[in-house]
Amino acid sequence: MGRYIAKRFLSLIPVLLGVSIIVFFLVRLIPGSALEMYMGTQVEATPQQMEELKRIFGEDKPVPVLYVQWLGRILQGDFGYSLRTGRPVLPDIVSRLPLSLEITLLALFLALLIGIPQGILASLRKNPVGDAVNRVIGLLGLSLPQFWLASLIVLAFSGVRGWIPMGNYIKFTVNPLQNLRMLILPSFAIGVGLAAVIMRYTRNSMLEVLQMEYVRTARAKGLKRRVVIFRHALKNAILPVITVAGFNTGYLLGGAIVIEEVFALPGMGRLALYAIYQRDYPVIQGIVLVIATLFVIVNLITDLLYALVDPRIRLEDSERQA
Amino acid sequence: MTAHRLAKNSIALTGGAIVGLYLIVILVSLFWLPFNPVSMDTKNVLSAPSLATGHLFGTDEFGRDILSRIMKGCSVSLIISISATALGAMVGTFMGIWAGYLGGRWDHWIMRVADVLFSFPSLLLAIFVMAILGEKTYNVVLAIGIVYIPQFARISRGAILTIKSNEFVRAARSSGAGSGYILFRHLLPNILVPLIVQVSLSLSVAILLESSLSFLGLGVQPPAPSWGNMLSGARKVMVIAPWTAIYPGLAIVLLVLGFNLLGDGLRDILDPRLRNVR
Repeated sequence: MGRYIAKRFLSLIPVLLGVSIIVFFLVRLIPGSALEMYMGTQVEATPQQMEELKRIFGEDKPVPVLYVQWLGRILQGDFGYSLRTGRPVLPDIVSRLPLSLEITLLALFLALLIGIPQGILASLRKNPVGDAVNRVIGLLGLSLPQFWLASLIVLAFSGVRGWIPMGNYIKFTVNPLQNLRMLILPSFAIGVGLAAVIMRYTRNSMLEVLQMEYVRTARAKGLKRRVVIFRHALKNAILPVITVAGFNTGYLLGGAIVIEEVFALPGMGRLALYAIYQRDYPVIQGIVLVIATLFVIVNLITDLLYALVDPRIRLEDSERQA
Repeated sequence: MTAHRLAKNSIALTGGAIVGLYLIVILVSLFWLPFNPVSMDTKNVLSAPSLATGHLFGTDEFGRDILSRIMKGCSVSLIISISATALGAMVGTFMGIWAGYLGGRWDHWIMRVADVLFSFPSLLLAIFVMAILGEKTYNVVLAIGIVYIPQFARISRGAILTIKSNEFVRAARSSGAGSGYILFRHLLPNILVPLIVQVSLSLSVAILLESSLSFLGLGVQPPAPSWGNMLSGARKVMVIAPWTAIYPGLAIVLLVLGFNLLGDGLRDILDPRLRNVR
């Protein structure tokens, strides 16, 4: 297992290098260099002065060299400075990251809490009408735009105090209960789509497992229905569900960007949007790098968890190597 | 055979009917709209839905008729979604089938590129591309298309891998067919099923992505109506005029649901392995 984990972690390096190349070069595509943006329109600089500035800012070298230098700084935790506030980028991102992560994890938790029991129920009451209804509900959950659901929630709860965090966000460390109460609705808006997906996966996976011989054996032995379902069937049926949930966690993080805007939550998503509106490229670059890295790591953890619970995966992998 | 199964599959039929309804609305909107969707009317700002005024879905903060704007927004959303999906499907499938067919080093590098694109959550990638390229409608197409490239690449590569060692491929090669011919004449038609299902599901996600981008002010720019930017405008006034937020949202949900039902039903019909599972 140790070797497997190490190998998988090493496989992240080329992917993250690719991500950094895309982030670096896409930002270079922007018409008008960051330097001109920094100068603004008020200050006129002669071409000689511009050359001098480029030299001072270290922009006078070929692009591949600039990339390597940039990557070196990133690896040391130096993400550059905001063009608008002049503050270092990384501390600003790090201070807003916990809120976005909290919403994401809460959304994941809600999605599992809603999706798995519903999926189990759906698999036990199997009939044509119920199946069709389940299916449409599942697809409907996928079809709801998160930001619209969020707007409707704001509309519905606008008269109720304490549930909608309009500008008076309270940190978890200050008051955990009030913090959770404020984040539960935004998390619900993000998690509903995943809850629908999880419901369908749980249902299909349960149906498959319930047909297995060992389930029939367990039933024939005279075990209680509850024991068969939870001990024998669910344990195996849950595997693909965990994978789907894991791989979708990154998308929840993406959804948090939009939802934070609707609920006026001071997380990373809001920082990103303001950076985009103000064309603050170092900040945009930093946020995209951080989120992509988190996304890749979450996917890897999902893979590893799956391998941990299901030894067949590891075996397959080492057989392929041999 | 397929037509018969389509008729029996009520899920796909319902989806198809919903999508058809929107196509009819687009056709009608080309010739007739209840009101001019961009002209402002200061006397009728935020008037509630009513038969008497003729504003069936009410008016927005500039007195513009919401129904007309939703109808106009149909073609905006659908054109963007279809173009973006077409772009992503063509580029992605092209990459995927060559990777799967050639194998070896080509396969390795093409799929590494797809892996890197996969490392961004789709909405974040689209937002990032819009931030770089600027808020133009054709950039929305590009941004969503890029999101789809790795998805189609992976699906088509996987499908090619499962069929490329079949007898008929070897037969074609031994009778002197070139790689391009084998790929596009023999292999591509055999992997169309998963691709068609993916196209339908991608269209639904494209509509969600487009409306999210427009909602954030990064997609279709006002005064051109798009469901997303209508909802964005509604945020300031929805507490006193909830209809500004409700109807454009319903328009999105119904069309997205239509594509999802269609894709889901098509998967049942077209994929023989799933046919007897249910």
